[in-house]
Amino acid sequence: MSLMELRQVTKSFGAIHALNGVDLKLEPGEAVGLMGDNGAGKSTLMKIIAGNFPPTTGEIRIENKRVHFTKPIDARENGIEIVYQDLALCDNLTAGANVFLGRELKRGIWPFRKLDHQAMNTRAGELFGELKSETRPRDLVKQMSGGQRQAVAIARTRLSEPKLVLMDEPTAAISVRQVAEVLNLIKRLKDQGHAVILVSHRMPDVFEVCDRVAVLRRGTKVADKKINDTSPEEVTGLIIGAIQAA
Amino acid sequence: MTDNTQTPQDAHDKTVQTPSIDHAAIDESITLRQEVSGIGAILRTQPFWVFVAIFAIGVVMTFVSDAFLTERNMFNITRNMAFFGIMALGMSAVICTAGIDLSVGSLMGLCAINLALVLQAGWGVEVGFLACMFTAAVVGFINGVLIAYVRLAPFVVTLGMLAMSRSIAMVISNNKMVYEFGPDQDLFEQIGGGSLLGVPNVVWVLTAMTLFFLWVWRYSQWGRWVIAIGGNAHAAKLSGIPVERVIVSVYMVCSMCTGVAAFMFIGYTGSATNGMGATYELNVIAASVIGGANLMGGVVYALGAPIGAALVELIRNSLLLAGIPALWQQFFVGLFLILAVLLEQLRNRGGK
Ligand SMILES: Nc1ncnc2c1ncn2[C@@H]1O[C@H](COP(=O)(O)OP(=O)(O)O)[C@@H](O)[C@H]1O
Ligand SMILES: [Mg+2]
Repeated sequence: MSLMELRQVTKSFGAIHALNGVDLKLEPGEAVGLMGDNGAGKSTLMKIIAGNFPPTTGEIRIENKRVHFTKPIDARENGIEIVYQDLALCDNLTAGANVFLGRELKRGIWPFRKLDHQAMNTRAGELFGELKSETRPRDLVKQMSGGQRQAVAIARTRLSEPKLVLMDEPTAAISVRQVAEVLNLIKRLKDQGHAVILVSHRMPDVFEVCDRVAVLRRGTKVADKKINDTSPEEVTGLIIGAIQAA
Repeated sequence: MTDNTQTPQDAHDKTVQTPSIDHAAIDESITLRQEVSGIGAILRTQPFWVFVAIFAIGVVMTFVSDAFLTERNMFNITRNMAFFGIMALGMSAVICTAGIDLSVGSLMGLCAINLALVLQAGWGVEVGFLACMFTAAVVGFINGVLIAYVRLAPFVVTLGMLAMSRSIAMVISNNKMVYEFGPDQDLFEQIGGGSLLGVPNVVWVLTAMTLFFLWVWRYSQWGRWVIAIGGNAHAAKLSGIPVERVIVSVYMVCSMCTGVAAFMFIGYTGSATNGMGATYELNVIAASVIGGANLMGGVVYALGAPIGAALVELIRNSLLLAGIPALWQQFFVGLFLILAVLLEQLRNRGGK
């Protein structure tokens, strides 16, 4: 049984057809790289899976049941978490506070129910530990490097033990030095049994951590292959259109 | 300011298109830093430095005027600052969401008139208090809905409300002063103007509310959400925080703090006019900002409100005792407001 399946998903923004009939299937624990040129529709596809907006036509199935997401919480309740391209962190809060943002732990009885800082920091510390990140829960996010910020955003997705983690360009805005750190974080996610969809511009990222690669070109999926059955050259050709489809 | 009201996808698309923070550059310039704690943390907060300024002015004033350190003068200073301090507690919450509420001064006038008319009509002080708070809650609710749901700029909405509240106060009061407060007159004036253990009642109220807000900002989920919205409303929205509802509640809290201040203030002055609270928005915003609230949002200190208000009142009092004409008061309030923002800037640059 597939974990998630997209059937003939299209998305139009007025006259712009961002996606045309995309099919995509994901098995539990699988890591799929989603590649394509700027404007190919990668972010749009991710946002549909994450519940930011519904597809214009087509269906999303989770474990063979059709689902309708209208807001991000719907997707989260179905075991899907997303790490946004811009990370969506609150700079003025600590790493621990960001991990638990919107689902803070509390203790005591009303009206003295209060935030359980201790428990949240402890749990956030464990999550950073599992990701082998140096990030400390009490550090302010404002003062963190790109890699550490990624760790915070990824740790946040792990809070709910999701089945599927979506990552949109996690290595786009960080220094080369930090890329390896982020790729390690993704491998840890896989090790923990989460399926991952990784959107990336960078060929080496996808070939290092993914089991499969799917290529979008102008809103259409033109290839979907096992990593072992393809090569960076072929994928590049597919992205720019030198190879029509594979 | 309008950022906190975008839909998730609008906001997301916007950030996708504009190059967001240059993480790579941050990586290069950064060394690990921790959320500072203990003495270091206190030294970094604005309220601490304003407290130092208050102390310094106080020391100077004891030499300038013998009247300064008298019990009478201290009583007056603390009482006068308390009205602003109570309002500034609410204002700080609004400023923390990167908003502003210019309507608090006019609202004080409207609350005053509604409260006074209810008392004059023969109702008890409890009913008067409820009328006062209800007025405040309604005005805050309207502000909040227009800002959070209709997505109008806080500056414009509350500027409009500044004009409308004042006007309604004039209409309702028929432009007359009220000084008959019905059967509970004595009790009402005792609450607002009296004192307990040598400390004005209103100072006790300010103290209790400050402690309450200390708790709120540190331990309540609502407080955490307000701070998160101020830091990154888009992130708050994506993580499931009901951003619009929280923003409405913040404006209601701000207005209701003004309601409390109005209730105490009318009891203290013994009369209500529709002109009450005019230009108070300046002093209240100044108190909040001097106390460390950052107009960009995301920063709030419960102690900042009373400390900022204390500095504003101290300036007024010192000018008076030093024999400088009262006409200079607003000049100095404005000057300190600008200095506070400057200090904030310098600390930020220094901290990077
Ligand atoms: N909210 C939107 N409104 C209108 N057009 C959009 C919106 N989001 C994306 N698009 C358009 O859809 C296309 C695909 O965009 P996107 O999914 O962001 O591409 P990618 O992430 O692959 O670079 C682009 O032409 C883009 O301009
Ligand atoms: Mg994109």
